[in-house]
Amino acid sequence: MAEEQDIEEEIILADLSDEDLTAQMHDDLYDGLGDEITEGTNILLGRGWDPGRVLNDALVEGMRIVGIDFRDGILFVPEVLLSANAMKAGMAILRPLLAETGAEPIGKVVIGTVKGDIHDIGKNLVGMMLEGAGFEVIDLGINTDVEEFLGALDEHKPDILGMSALLTTTMPYMKVVIDTLEQKSLRGEYSVIVGGAPLNEEFGEAIGADAYCRDAAVAAETASRLVSERRAAAA
Amino acid sequence: MNRPTGATEAPGGRTLVVACGALARELLQVVEANGLTHVDVECLPASYHNTPDVIPHAVATRVRAAADRYQRIFVGYGDCGTGGRLDAVCAELGIDRLPGDHCYEFLAGSSAFADLHAEELGTFFLTDYLVKHFDRLVVKAFWLDTHPEMLDAVFGNYRRLAYLSQVDDPDLLDRARAAAAQLGLAFEHRPTGLGNLETHLLAGTSVAITGSTRSPLPTGAH
Repeated sequence: MAEEQDIEEEIILADLSDEDLTAQMHDDLYDGLGDEITEGTNILLGRGWDPGRVLNDALVEGMRIVGIDFRDGILFVPEVLLSANAMKAGMAILRPLLAETGAEPIGKVVIGTVKGDIHDIGKNLVGMMLEGAGFEVIDLGINTDVEEFLGALDEHKPDILGMSALLTTTMPYMKVVIDTLEQKSLRGEYSVIVGGAPLNEEFGEAIGADAYCRDAAVAAETASRLVSERRAAAA
Repeated sequence: MNRPTGATEAPGGRTLVVACGALARELLQVVEANGLTHVDVECLPASYHNTPDVIPHAVATRVRAAADRYQRIFVGYGDCGTGGRLDAVCAELGIDRLPGDHCYEFLAGSSAFADLHAEELGTFFLTDYLVKHFDRLVVKAFWLDTHPEMLDAVFGNYRRLAYLSQVDDPDLLDRARAAAAQLGLAFEHRPTGLGNLETHLLAGTSVAITGSTRSPLPTGAH
């Protein structure tokens, strides 16, 4: 009997309408189901969706919900990591297709977890959402000191510098990086966004960042806004 | 044990320590060993260790609920990953907390803890409590038992497990060593005893002795 119910309740992704399939993919991302995301991504592409639409409507939107629920304490680290892995499965299919389209990235972001800090789950989530939003992302990894940040800024000439910290003891290092940019008269060259569990809006303002981003989705939205503003100001 | 002069006298009334459940045993040990008969200890769930965002509100709620019954209330938490939010709550309520960022720091001592961190940034710390509850607070909390891939995702940046032991217990030592092996980390054992916890608690609960001029704790809306 239970087996019959399971069979009856099994969802055949290929039988779903586009709208229902994208909604189901949001659920599958939330549940960290990588195989289902792979299948759903291929189905949508097979129906003629362009890769950018699959990315935005199915994957990015799903991860936006995951990011918000992570921020709000509804989802926890393991769940988010599974969701991120599912997202990666979809991105692995879409990335080469997106590259083929020749679409220019909407901007470039250098991100890293600051010196003294080895926590990167949130930072990785931000990188994923930035990539999903169309940014080229240069991820410097963990324990990144000011020289590494400056070297990457010089090498990659990004629009935005993003810094992450999970520890109360390491978050002040963000100010060290920003102050160094000021001292070298480089601060105006880049927008600076910061994030991490112990941070807040006031801290972001106090250290001279352009924005504090409370979750990965906000980071992607903020980065897009900042790039638009910079380009408008430069025009 | 060092006992600040008059630490056990509290002519003004009773003192409450609102603390992390992970410190319950150690705090009660200090209370008992120092005859702090005026001090009660109430603990919040140790599982908040994994969700520090909830700590400030939980502490504030517990403090407000007890405000009418105690002359003085002290918070048995470090910053504990709250990013200063717990300090903001303490400032609003006019109460103090244990100094330092977290229990590892005041158990090991600030200098020793800084050295441990400097030696290996990727150090994962366990105390007696965390060793005893490693399966629940680490293995199950991070789904290591059901999703082995979580091991690298969560602990991939760690290199060493440092066990800061409060008591000399061979069984706990074995379990700590096994925990390190399970996480694929090098193992180090640092017997700390109660570290600075006793000094901090005695200082935090003895201020009332001098005659508190503190305003009554706010009990209104929050």
